[in-house]
Amino acid sequence: MKLSIPRFTFWKAVAALFLLAGGIATIVRFGWGLGASTNLTDATPWGLWIGFDVVTGVGLAAGGFTLAGIVHIFNIKRFEPIVRPAILTAFMGYVLVIVGLLFDLGRPWSIWHALIYQNPHSVLFEVAMCVMTYTAVLALEFSPVVLERFRLHKLLKIVKVITIPLIILGILLSMLHQSSLGTLYLIVPQKMHPFWYSPMLPVFFFISAVSVGLGMTIVESYLSARAFQKTLETPLLRDLAKMMIGVLLVYWTMRGIDLIRRDALAFLFDGSFETMMWYLEISLMLIIPLVLFNIRGWGRSRAGMFFTAISVVLGFVTNRLNVTMTSLEAYYHENFGVTYFPGIGELAVTIAIVTLGFVIFALAVKHLPIFPHHEEEAVVHLDTMHEATQPASMHAKPVAELNRH
Amino acid sequence: MSHAMLIDLTQCVGCGACRDACQQVHHFPQKENERLDAQNFTTLRTIETDDGEVYARQMCQHCQDPACASACLVGALEKTRDGAVNWDADKCIGCRYCMVACPFDIPKYEWGSNNPKVRKCTMCYKDRQLTADMKTDAEGYVLGRDGKRFTIDGQPVKAEDRDMVIEMTTNSDGMRATACSVACPTGATLFGDRDELIAEAQKRLRENPDSYVQKVYGLQEVGGTSVLYLSSVPFEKLGFYTKLDTEALPQRTWRVLEKIPDIVVTAGVALGAVYWITNRREEVRKFEEEVKTQRSQKKH
Repeated sequence: MKLSIPRFTFWKAVAALFLLAGGIATIVRFGWGLGASTNLTDATPWGLWIGFDVVTGVGLAAGGFTLAGIVHIFNIKRFEPIVRPAILTAFMGYVLVIVGLLFDLGRPWSIWHALIYQNPHSVLFEVAMCVMTYTAVLALEFSPVVLERFRLHKLLKIVKVITIPLIILGILLSMLHQSSLGTLYLIVPQKMHPFWYSPMLPVFFFISAVSVGLGMTIVESYLSARAFQKTLETPLLRDLAKMMIGVLLVYWTMRGIDLIRRDALAFLFDGSFETMMWYLEISLMLIIPLVLFNIRGWGRSRAGMFFTAISVVLGFVTNRLNVTMTSLEAYYHENFGVTYFPGIGELAVTIAIVTLGFVIFALAVKHLPIFPHHEEEAVVHLDTMHEATQPASMHAKPVAELNRH
Repeated sequence: MSHAMLIDLTQCVGCGACRDACQQVHHFPQKENERLDAQNFTTLRTIETDDGEVYARQMCQHCQDPACASACLVGALEKTRDGAVNWDADKCIGCRYCMVACPFDIPKYEWGSNNPKVRKCTMCYKDRQLTADMKTDAEGYVLGRDGKRFTIDGQPVKAEDRDMVIEMTTNSDGMRATACSVACPTGATLFGDRDELIAEAQKRLRENPDSYVQKVYGLQEVGGTSVLYLSSVPFEKLGFYTKLDTEALPQRTWRVLEKIPDIVVTAGVALGAVYWITNRREEVRKFEEEVKTQRSQKKH
């Protein structure tokens, strides 16, 4: 099945439009303050910028540590071609998270205070430290790409020596702050809907981050293959998709047991807004991916895996927005008589940040050695492919395509 | 000594002197207000009950173990030894996690400002420290002991306002107290030592059991607070949050945070071990292949 995505000139126009809208919203935000540019109020102090740009954004960038761990720690070398794009997305993701955070902070110029006025009892302090350090780690993990491009071989050697400690540090930092984004909400048990408040939130946040890290890697591999004619072997994506589905099964089993243990199952049948959102979440993040992935033939094709992964990504976004916004709506309504929905300024900035992500990724793939295209690398892949479960004839095409570059 | 306040709603006549004094001492516009905001640290709501009107006062509870202070990544909010939960303008970065975390929804924000402050009742913490013998600088601002301008809620204090603030925060015994407690004409709001006020509250419940619901609100909520309430009608009817746990909320996040060192060590060692094993396996495989090829070469 072939997707009919219009060519890039159209998307460039769309991107320009989104960036322009974001630019206007930026002027309003920093010219007139949070009150003028958002729908945030005293009753609803956190909104889309924290819920999506920060909490969801960090999760969507989880592919970096997941793939780095699979390839360099678990030594499953056949995934090596995907590590670079995954680390690129992660690095870009974290930079954009920090950009988003600067919009949301009331006093963004004092963000460095976190370095000197440290409160070790604050979850947010831990998140801030980990995000800051991990962004630096990602910059180093990504640096070989830039160093290769500019032929700085001495620096390249130094970075290669510290690769493994860096990657272990990156995984540790990710474990800590991916879970801590869930821990943030442990302090408001009485405000959240029982679907989403659980003492297990930190664990859920970490496991779902791993699943969406794999999902995002599949999505971006597919998209960049379409846009830049740079291909990655289908069997590799298939293995990633299998891992993703496996992680999701573990995740939802735990979520189910957790709901039972907290006697929250009864809420599944009350027909409320929250219940609908919960069904949306499990549909996108479990049921649809399971169905799509198991459609005979098509489910294991590139397009099939792309849609499976897209569904997981959307389900993950739904989950994070549910935790950060949906679960609090009833509390806001009961105690303040208000509901929160992001304002046009908030939406414009968020869309612009996502657009910026696409633009930077496209530029990086175009100008930096992100995807494999050397002959010798293609030969290496041929070696490792014997480990894959598919018949050898299926690999002939991608290798041939790799050789062309 | 840890300060606290006891607010006996049965003695409140709804005159609003506490609210007016609070607004005056903080230079807020004088107005009646149903909700707290950045220019209202205390509200007085009139609630119709079967026994007539009851006036429900709301202000910061000054928790013993405050969620806001635990949440604040830069420690801008702090439970002082005085008992007040104070906010430090110089540290705050404006993340507003305190507003999310607060179980009483107290901290408010200056949404219209481009240099916004988090604002809430500070139990007149800095106001009570202002004294007549403090020096002033050339521009007429009061200087603190450290030689810097003395600030209340992040605002420098003008010398001409000093007498007003001192007068408003000194009670009839000459003790420094919150402006609202000094202003209260009926003694419905008392300021003093927390243990003494708890004893006083329990004495009132004992001696006049018919006038009160048998509860000191704030004694156990979220691990105890420094603002305590007595009432003749159930607190849920007054809009108080009555479903709060008795455990302090910061415990819930700390239980996770305190595991971090263990997690880092365990996971770090585990990852190192996995790397060593998988890498070693690879080395052994390569070595064996080499030996094989050498042997086959020898045969030829």
